[in-house]
Amino acid sequence: MAVPKRKMSRSNTRARRSQWKAAPITLATCDQCREPKLPHTACPTCGTYKRRQVLSV
Amino acid sequence: MPTPTKGPRLGGGPAHERIMLANLATALFARGRITTTEAKARRVRPLAERLITKAKRGDLHARRQVLSVISDKGVVHTLFTEIGPRFANRPGGYTRITKVGIRKGDAAPMAVIELVEALTVAQEATGEAEAATMRAAKEGVRSRRTRGEASVPAAATTEPAEPAEEPAEPAEEPAEAAEVVEAEPTEAEDDSKA
Repeated sequence: MAVPKRKMSRSNTRARRSQWKAAPITLATCDQCREPKLPHTACPTCGTYKRRQVLSV
Repeated sequence: MPTPTKGPRLGGGPAHERIMLANLATALFARGRITTTEAKARRVRPLAERLITKAKRGDLHARRQVLSVISDKGVVHTLFTEIGPRFANRPGGYTRITKVGIRKGDAAPMAVIELVEALTVAQEATGEAEAATMRAAKEGVRSRRTRGEASVPAAATTEPAEPAEEPAEPAEEPAEAAEVVEAEPTEAEDDSKA
C-alpha cells in the first residue's frame, strides 16, 4: 500500500488549512421586524411568516 | 393520489413509519397544529389530507376507513363533526406547512404543520370566479382551435386522424388556458406535425 515517505511540514499543513473557510449563509430580511432571518422560514425574532403569526414568541 | 415515497422509511421500518405517521395525524387533528421535523411534516400531509377528505364524505364506511388509521375514537369524532364540515367547500389543501428553522441539538429542519382556516365568503367567491375564468378561457381556446383548423389547408389531410386526437386534448388544455396568447404557436406546430 502506498504511504507517505516524509512527514508533512508545518508550513505545508498550514498552507493547506488556510483554504478551510466558512461560507456566509444566505439571509433574508423579515418584512415584519426587519431582522435578518433564513429565507422561506418563519422569523425567529417576531415569529411571523408572510405577516402571519406562526410561532409564539 | 400522491406518488409513493422514494428512499428509506421514517423510523425503523415500514411498520414503524406507518404508526409514526398515524400518531402525527392523530396529534394534528387533536391539536390543530403541531411542530415536527420538516421531513415528517411533508410525509404526514398527504395522509392527513386524505383522512380529511374521508371525513368530508362522512358516511359509516369512511368513518371505518379512518378508524383503521386513527385508533382514537374521540379524535375521529372531532374530525368528522368539526374538521370535516369546516372544509366542506374547500377543494383540498387543508393543511399548511411553515418552516421554522433548525432544532438546537441535531440541527434538524423543523416545521409547523397546521389545519388552515375555513374559507371566508370572499375567498369562496374568488375561487368560483377564478374557476369560471378558467372555464371561459378553455372554451375560447376550443372554439378558436376548430376555426383555425378549418382555415388551414393542411387540415383536410389530417381530418381522418382527428377523432384519435380528440381525447388527448383535455390534458393539454390547462396549460394552454393559462397562456392563451402562446397557444397559437402550439396549434401551428400540432398542425404541421399532423
